[in-house]
Amino acid sequence: MLTTLLSGDLPRSRVLAVVLLAILAGLVLAPFVFPGTRSLNVAAKVAVFVLLVASYDLLLGYTGIVSFAHTMFFGIGGYGVGIAMAKLGAGWVSLALGIALALSLSAALALAIGLLSLRVRAIFFAMITLAVASFFQILASQLSGFTGGEDGITYKLPDLLLPGTKLVEMPLLGVELNGRLASYYLVVLAALACFLALLRVVNSPFGRVLLSIRENEFRSEALGYRTVTYRTAANCIGALGATLAGVLYAIWLRYTGPDTTLSFNIMIDILLMVVIGGMGTMYGAAVGATIFVVAQNYLQDLMALASAAAKGVPLLPGLLHPDRWLLWLGVLFIVCVYYFPTGIVGKLRAK
Amino acid sequence: MAAVEHPVLETHGLTVRFGGHVAVNDVSCAFRPGTLTAIVGPNGAGKTTYFNLISGQLRASGGRVSLFGEDISGLSAPQRTRRGIGRAFQLTNLFPRLSVLENVRLAVQARAGIGRDLFSMWHSHVELLEKAEHCLHRVALAEKRDTVASMLPHGDQRKLEVAILLALEPEVFMFDEPTAGMSVDEVPVVLDLIHHVKALGDKTILLVEHKMDVVRSLADRIIVLHQGELVADGEPEAVIASPIVQEAYLGIAQEAAHG
Repeated sequence: MLTTLLSGDLPRSRVLAVVLLAILAGLVLAPFVFPGTRSLNVAAKVAVFVLLVASYDLLLGYTGIVSFAHTMFFGIGGYGVGIAMAKLGAGWVSLALGIALALSLSAALALAIGLLSLRVRAIFFAMITLAVASFFQILASQLSGFTGGEDGITYKLPDLLLPGTKLVEMPLLGVELNGRLASYYLVVLAALACFLALLRVVNSPFGRVLLSIRENEFRSEALGYRTVTYRTAANCIGALGATLAGVLYAIWLRYTGPDTTLSFNIMIDILLMVVIGGMGTMYGAAVGATIFVVAQNYLQDLMALASAAAKGVPLLPGLLHPDRWLLWLGVLFIVCVYYFPTGIVGKLRAK
Repeated sequence: MAAVEHPVLETHGLTVRFGGHVAVNDVSCAFRPGTLTAIVGPNGAGKTTYFNLISGQLRASGGRVSLFGEDISGLSAPQRTRRGIGRAFQLTNLFPRLSVLENVRLAVQARAGIGRDLFSMWHSHVELLEKAEHCLHRVALAEKRDTVASMLPHGDQRKLEVAILLALEPEVFMFDEPTAGMSVDEVPVVLDLIHHVKALGDKTILLVEHKMDVVRSLADRIIVLHQGELVADGEPEAVIASPIVQEAYLGIAQEAAHG
């Protein structure tokens, strides 16, 4: 049962198994264990980014494709929901329509980019994805009547997913069972299901061909695999994963804007998460995304505490000032790359 | 009998130019099933280039390649592999960070044609695993199945290369210096394998080899390439004794005489 669910790709390290279970338990129990708007926001973002980073790992870690268009697909998902909700009304049908349109657009774009440019050398492919993603970013900010421009769009969702909706009158363990909770669990469960689906893809015969392309594309062709087809298919699957992540994020935030989806800062974050977690492991995406998102949100608090505690000591309070959090995130990244070149998961599995 | 005599693989006026240099020049040759043809010639004679033209890594500037009478000149390398042209490479060409078993299993999987299956687990295809293990067994690498390919000693990497070729179960076997760089005691394993493929009786085998003793022991026929041209073709002893070979291939002829 578990083997089938995880597609036979077991953690293969006791520490990793414990970490993964902790992440899963944390996400599932978050509303009850860490009450409060902010912690729930962080938990939902973790779930979304686990999926987003896992879908990127399919490209970078498994197939060896370097793409900078992942946030574009993330954005297509977000804007698909946002525009459908804002223009067509906050119903389930328009939600479904928005998601379907976003997925189709992503698949078509990924196919086009793949067929046009996966034949060329990796560096050119990376450049082309960069250009297309920039184009999309500009498009989103210029078509302001449609996308809300730089301000983005806020919208309503079907009633079931709105905070004002009470599902049950009685609170459970002190937590109100409202639409916010429903949308949280929708996000977490959908992200989990998509993650498991990606795990199956990388552990299928198809996934093994992707690995062979990463290792030696020339040889893979000589075995009879038409590698352009496989790379294009991987590109499309990765894009669909990112689009679904964007859909979930848009459902959670009830807002879609350039800074939450299309921004290149997010692209860089994704890269960091993949590398910190461990490329080509899928579980690395889960570990990397969790560490990174939690650090992004709580490092400043931690530093404020540390800075206050170090009061009186020369230099330290300044170094630990919350405004320096990016510095420490950078240090954390360098330490990770230096000591765990194969990522945290690679390191744990190597033992 | 007539069916057996029909050539499996043919090249007609096969030519390739790189700029002004003609690497393979108007080579026409037919390869029949159950026959091992050794391709010899000095370094730079165009032997590996000729192989590249047949297996599709290079496109010809002129001429045709046909397989079972069908023109395959327009097909890509993966298409030709799927039609039955299998090749072991001269420079070891493996999946370096994958296990020895996985290297072979990928070839078995390619042969089985299930690479597009997204939904099943790769290790649930037990028959592919068994086949891969069998191929490893035949090149005496079974105990090293879990070793990462790049960690193998050179000789074992060459054997793995041959195991991958076996796993593809081709109609045409192309060996490009399969024993190059192997230690003396490892060579017999590979030669036995080639003998075994020959004994199947219906496979077409092409062998590029520098060691004349190997060529003598295996070849049913020798063709000689010199500066991209086919200069001799025939029974091994006759070809080796012919003046053109003595001239074109002097270095190796002497080497063989000494050895």
